[in-house]
Amino acid sequence: MSAGHLPRWVDYGLMPLLNLAAAFLVSGLVVLLIGENPLEAVEILIWGSLGWNEGIGFTLFYATNFIFTGLAVAVAFHASLFNIGGEGQAYVGGLGVAIACLALDRFVPWWVTLPFAVLGAAAAGAAWAFVPAVLQARRGSHVVITTIMFNFIAASLMVYLLVNVMGKEGSMQPETRTFEAGGRLPLLQDVIPGLDFGTAPLNLSLILALLASFAVWALIWRTKLGYEIRTFGASPSAAVYAGISPVRITIITMMISGGLAGMMAINEIMGSQHRLLIEFVSGYGFVGIAVALMGRAHPVGIVFASILFGMLYQGGAELAFEKPSITRDMIVVIQGLVILFAGALEQMFRPALIRMFSFARTPATEAA
Amino acid sequence: MVPAIELRKIDKSFGPVHANKAIDLTVAKGSIHGIVGENGAGKSTLMSILYGFYRADGGDIVVDGKKVEIEDSKAAISHGIGMVHQHFMLVDNFTVLENVILGAEGGSLLGEGVARARAELKRLEQEYELKVDPDAVVGELPVGLQQRVEILKALFRGADILILDEPTGVLTPAEADHLFRILRVLRDEGKTVLLITHKLREIMAVTDTVSVMRQGAMVATCKTSETSMPELAELMVGRRVLLRVDKKPATPGRTALSVRGLTVRDSRGLDVVKNVGFDLREGEIVGIAGVSGNGQSQLMETLAGIRRAVSGTIEIDGYKVDPTTGAVDPAEMRRLGMGHVPEDRHRMGLVTKFYEYENAILGYHRDPAYGKGAMLDLAAIRETANGEIEKYDIRPPNCQLRTASFSGGNQQKIVLAREIERDPKVLLVGQPTRGVDIGAIEFIHRRIVEMRDAGKAILLVSVELDEIRGLADRVLVMFDGALVGERPPETDEGELGLMMAGVNREAAE
Repeated sequence: MSAGHLPRWVDYGLMPLLNLAAAFLVSGLVVLLIGENPLEAVEILIWGSLGWNEGIGFTLFYATNFIFTGLAVAVAFHASLFNIGGEGQAYVGGLGVAIACLALDRFVPWWVTLPFAVLGAAAAGAAWAFVPAVLQARRGSHVVITTIMFNFIAASLMVYLLVNVMGKEGSMQPETRTFEAGGRLPLLQDVIPGLDFGTAPLNLSLILALLASFAVWALIWRTKLGYEIRTFGASPSAAVYAGISPVRITIITMMISGGLAGMMAINEIMGSQHRLLIEFVSGYGFVGIAVALMGRAHPVGIVFASILFGMLYQGGAELAFEKPSITRDMIVVIQGLVILFAGALEQMFRPALIRMFSFARTPATEAA
Repeated sequence: MVPAIELRKIDKSFGPVHANKAIDLTVAKGSIHGIVGENGAGKSTLMSILYGFYRADGGDIVVDGKKVEIEDSKAAISHGIGMVHQHFMLVDNFTVLENVILGAEGGSLLGEGVARARAELKRLEQEYELKVDPDAVVGELPVGLQQRVEILKALFRGADILILDEPTGVLTPAEADHLFRILRVLRDEGKTVLLITHKLREIMAVTDTVSVMRQGAMVATCKTSETSMPELAELMVGRRVLLRVDKKPATPGRTALSVRGLTVRDSRGLDVVKNVGFDLREGEIVGIAGVSGNGQSQLMETLAGIRRAVSGTIEIDGYKVDPTTGAVDPAEMRRLGMGHVPEDRHRMGLVTKFYEYENAILGYHRDPAYGKGAMLDLAAIRETANGEIEKYDIRPPNCQLRTASFSGGNQQKIVLAREIERDPKVLLVGQPTRGVDIGAIEFIHRRIVEMRDAGKAILLVSVELDEIRGLADRVLVMFDGALVGERPPETDEGELGLMMAGVNREAAE
C-alpha cells in the first residue's frame, strides 16, 4: 500500500497555502453575510499590515511575539509534548525581565541589562514549565492539563505581585514603575539608519527572535540533545532502548520550551511597554500553538506563520477601524478560522493531494 | 463434486501495488487447504477479499457452485464463510457464551438467544471436540482456548468454510497440535478449512492440498503428500534456499557473560524471570528456546539494562554490575560491550520516522566519533551509515531515505549492522528473522555465525525452534520465567517442545 508521501514542496508549501485559502474563503463568506464586500476587506487587511511603514512595523512587532511562543510550542512538539502553558510561561517570563530591568536600568546602559533580562525571562519561563514537567515525567500527570492550570496560577500570582509587591507607590494601577533608558531596548529604526516604522514599537527583539529560531533549528537537527528529543518524541520505547532517560528529556525539553515562551516578554516588556503590567501576554501564548502547527514545528515555517499572524493582528485592527460593521470580534473570528484550517484541520487536504499526485505519477495504467 | 470455493481471476491493486494478480483457486469441499507464501505475497489480501473486507478489482467468487458478491463480512457469513483472525476479535471481560452470541443475539431480549446458544454450544462441543466452559471469562483463558472460542463463534454462525489466518503464531507446540486435531475433526465432519501460514511444517502436518503464492500471484497448487518442504520453500522464494545453517563446531573461549540468580518483577508484581543463571562464553551461540511470553523478553531487556531486576548479578567480561539499581542503564551496558538487537525492531530497535543514517547511531549517538561535544557530525554519521549499507547489502542503498520505506528484512539488517559493527563483546539477539523474507534470513544467520567465529559471545532468543536449533551451539529452554534445562541443538524437537510447554520440569533440577 502506498505510504502516502508527498513531494516536499507540496507538503510544506502547497498544503499550508490551501489551508490558508480555505480559511479566507470561509472568512469571506462571513464578511459577505454581514453585508460587507470581502474583497474590499482583504484589501484593507493587506494594505493595513503591509502597505505602509508603520503597518509593517506593527506586523513585525506582533510577529516577534509569535516567533517566541511558536518556537516554544514547536520544541515541545518534537518530544511529543503538548505545552499549552506558553501563556503562563510568557507571563512569568515578564517577571524575570522586569526584575533585571528594575535592578539595573538606573545604573547601566541597555546592552548591559539585555543579557540579564534574557536570562531572567528564560529562567522564569523555564521555572514555570519545570513543575508540570516534573509532574509529567515522574507522576504521569498530563502536561496538557497541568500547563493549562499553571496559566491560571501565573495570572493570579502576577496580579498579587503587581498589586501588593511590585506596584508603583501611590498608584492604583497594577503595574511597576516605568523603566529608565537602561531598561529599554532601542527601536529597530534607531539602530539601523534609513528605517522608519513610525510609532510602531518594533525593536531589537526581532533580531533576538530570529537568532532564537536559528538556535532552535540547530538544537533540534544538529545536536545530540535534539537527536534525543526527537527520538523520544517519535518512539519513547526506542529512546529507552537507546539509553535516553524519558524523565530527563521530558524535563529538559519542557524547560527549553518554557524558556522560549518566557523570552516573548523581552519584546513586550523591555521593548515596548517599558514596565511590567497585568495581562500583557493577551493570548500570544495560545496563538503560538497555531503558529507552531502551521509552521510544521520548523523554525522557518514558524517565522513565516508568525508574519502571517502578525498581519492578521495588525491588518485586522485596521479593518475594524475602517469598517465599523466589522468589529474587533469579527477579526477574532477570522483568526479563529485560520487556526481551525491551518492548525486543527491541517491534514484535511492531504488524502486528496496524495490521490492527485499518485495519479499524476502512474498515469492510468491500472484501469481494471 | 462441486468445490466449496472457486476463485476466478481475482485481481486487486492498492495504488501502484498489485497485491493479487488474476488469482485462480479451487478449494475442494471437506478438505484442509493450505496457502503459503512470504510476507507480502498477497495471502491476507486474498482472504480479506473472500471475507468481504476488500472488494476485488476484478474476478469472480463462486461458493458452492453459485457465483456470489461478497460486499462485507455479513455477506460472507451468510454464504457460510467464517474467519478466525490472527489477532482475536474477542471481548476480554465477556464470558465465552456472551462472546459467541455477540452480533448474533437473535432479538433484543437476551434470555431466549442465550438458552439457544447454550444448547448449540453443547452440540458443537460434542460434534467437534471443542471443549470450552461457556461461563468462563475469555480474558482469563489461555490463548489456545481463546482461539477455540473464535472457532466456535464462526461455527455458531453456521460457517461451513473456515479461514484461519496464521493460527499457530501464539500457540505452544502442544496447543498447535491440539488445534490441528480439531481441524481434522472439522474436515471429517464435512467442513472446509483454509489455512494461511508461512510455516511449512504446519502445511506438511495438517493440509490435504497446498497452494503457494509469490509476489501477488498463485504459483502452484499441489497435493501435500506429493510435495516436500524444500520444494515448497523454493516455490515461495523462487530459488533454492538453505534451511540449515552452515557452520563449523564452536570453539568456546573464556566466559564473557555470567548471570546469577536473576529475578525480574513486572509492573503487576509478578515474577516474570525467576532465579535465572547461566554462563555465556566467547565464540559460542547460546539459544533460549521458549514459547513467547515465558520471560525471554524480560530477560533480554534486563541484560540490556532496559529493565531493572529485583535480585541477581550480571558479570560482563569480568566486570560485575548490579542490575537492581537504576545506575545500570542501556547506555552503561553498551559501554561495557553489550550489543542488543531487540526483539521488536519497530518498537525499540528503530525510529521508523527517522532517516536511515539517524538510526545507524541510535544508542551510540553520544560517541565522540559522531560529533564533538554537544553537536552531531552529520558527515561522519552518513559515512558510517553508508559503510554499513554497503557491507550488509541494505537496499535501497540510500541512507537519506526514511527508515519506514525499507522492507522488514532490510530494516533488520540496519539494526544488525549497527550493533555488530560497534564490535560488542556480547551480542543479545532477539527474534532476528521475525517478519524477514527468506533471502535476508540466510544473510542474517550467516552474519551471526561469522560473529561467533570471530570470538564473540551471542545470546539468541527466538520463538522459531528451527532457528534456535540451526544457529545455537547450546540450547537453554525457558518456561514460566525459569530456565528448565539445557540441551544440545540436535535434541529431538518433540523433547524440546515438551520442555517448552513445561512438561519436563524435573530437568531443571
